[in-house]
Amino acid sequence: MRRAMRPDTFLVLLALLLFASMFLSLVTGVIAVSFEDAFQAFTSTFSDNTALNHSQQQAIVVSIRLPRILLAVFVGAGMAVCGAAMQGLFKNGLADPALIGVSGGASLGASVAILLSSTILASSSFSNGIFENALSQFDEAHYILAHKYLVSSMAFLGGLGATAMVYRLGASSSGMSVATMLLAGIAITALAGAFSNLCTYLADDIALRRMSIWRMGSMSSADWPDLMVAGSFIGFVLVVMPRFGRVLNALLLGESEARHLGFNVSAVKWQLIALTALAMGAAVSSAGVIGFVGLVVPHIVRMIIGPDHRYLIPGSMLLGATLLVLADLGARTFLAPEELPVGIITAIIGAPFFITLLLKQRRLLNI
Amino acid sequence: MTFSADSVSLELGENTVLSSVSLKFSPGLVHVVVGPNGAGKSSLLKLFSGDCAPSSGNIKLDLQSLCDHDQSTTAQRIAVLPQQSQLNFPFSVYEVVALGRYPHNTGKIKDDEVVAAVLSAVGGLHLQDRLYTSLSGGEQQRIHLARVLAQVWLPSPQGSRYLLLDEPTAALDLAHQHLILKLAVDMAKQGLGVLSVLHDLNLAAQYADVITLLSEGRVVAQGVPSQVLSVENIQSVYGVNVEIIPHPSQSRFLIISE
Repeated sequence: MRRAMRPDTFLVLLALLLFASMFLSLVTGVIAVSFEDAFQAFTSTFSDNTALNHSQQQAIVVSIRLPRILLAVFVGAGMAVCGAAMQGLFKNGLADPALIGVSGGASLGASVAILLSSTILASSSFSNGIFENALSQFDEAHYILAHKYLVSSMAFLGGLGATAMVYRLGASSSGMSVATMLLAGIAITALAGAFSNLCTYLADDIALRRMSIWRMGSMSSADWPDLMVAGSFIGFVLVVMPRFGRVLNALLLGESEARHLGFNVSAVKWQLIALTALAMGAAVSSAGVIGFVGLVVPHIVRMIIGPDHRYLIPGSMLLGATLLVLADLGARTFLAPEELPVGIITAIIGAPFFITLLLKQRRLLNI
Repeated sequence: MTFSADSVSLELGENTVLSSVSLKFSPGLVHVVVGPNGAGKSSLLKLFSGDCAPSSGNIKLDLQSLCDHDQSTTAQRIAVLPQQSQLNFPFSVYEVVALGRYPHNTGKIKDDEVVAAVLSAVGGLHLQDRLYTSLSGGEQQRIHLARVLAQVWLPSPQGSRYLLLDEPTAALDLAHQHLILKLAVDMAKQGLGVLSVLHDLNLAAQYADVITLLSEGRVVAQGVPSQVLSVENIQSVYGVNVEIIPHPSQSRFLIISE
């Protein structure tokens, strides 16, 4: 077999790589953290020793970098594994998890939320006139939190809603047609895009900037509550998805062939769509639109260990997590102390890679 | 212990694809379905493979309707070779054939034995480590046959095994056409029921135990090859004048078009 590596060796290697990149990301940044500090921060957090002797470095590690890194792990792993699942379901290595409309719907949800919250703030400051100083600070903090959760929950609902519409359009009495769904996904994404643009058009300057930054994707606002919510949704998908390895392999033969091999194909199809919507919705709502991870990562893994989903799924999770941790590290160090949206970095790396894939595929197909 | 269609009809929209077709196919026999394009051969095979349900009538497996059987257990004894495969991912040949073992939980050692056995049966053992996507069309078709054989290679506790083949010889050269059909006969000798759609009437005459001649969704004739493939039947169904002559050295006949 002319494959670059045995699957199990590759998975072990990827796991080591993920831990190394997480550690690197933990100790790198505007404020340098020594290995001992990082280690101490861990031991004191997990041994529940009073938080009294937390140094500033340890605080940075525990309350800022760690949740951010873990969020990158979940988001990266979730997007990549959804990419692998969708490429298998659509029998097309160039399929993207956004095809089912989830990212477009989430963007629309987020745009509406940003527009709403800026309108509400504007009207409330008009009606109340001048805040008292202390009260205004208190409200400011609350407002920021409320705004954040409004945006992420609207994005989540938008993503699920759009996918439900796409699914509804693709499903008929004779079952779900993958081809129709693909077209429905494009249509719903376009529609959601149009309404997002409408929000952009109606937005004031501050809301406008928030919307465009949100659409570029970032994990800079990650905190523990974010991580808990996104992590539990995405974590569930990460745990369940490996069970679909065999049926995804069979689906590459075709839907009837998979049925002849004893799989309940129609159930599997909606389960995969639902899981993808759940993980992508959670990922996009907590980190914005981060492109190319779901598209490119399964490809890289497939090139190295082949298309067997029993290895492709865990491999995509590990590599997706690693790449997003590193991309996020880049996002916060390249222009430090300024932050780049991480979506810009994944697109700058991912798009050229995607183009080379296209060229390679074109050569293979002799088009 | 049979697998049969009891006066099944199939309507797709306005079109009547099959009208009250009955066909019983039994373990140990090679049953071949022939007929012109659009006669409903593949649709009949789809009914037997459970891809679609008949509009009326019933497909019965062991006296019970096929839809009432559990999909995962029927997969242990019914294997279907499609006309064409959509597979375009770079699996190795070994991996493709091993997909045929998915319905069984026999473990990797047993599965590897079966994969090796079926690959040598289709003359593809030397291809084992090649990438499926690098094979020629005919080689790919043989690999899929091997995959399908792997699915029903070993006796099943669920009952008799059945092999459904949709034009298995379409992409193959002369030698492999005969190799594959001899293999179908061998499988039937081991007690499998084989149902195959074929276009080549001479191949059908040579390898079939029972032939069903379909035309416009109806059964025109059914029985042993010499009865079904008569000059009159072929003329009326295909609109082609043929002569039927005895084989120069074997005890069978040849169909020659004029």
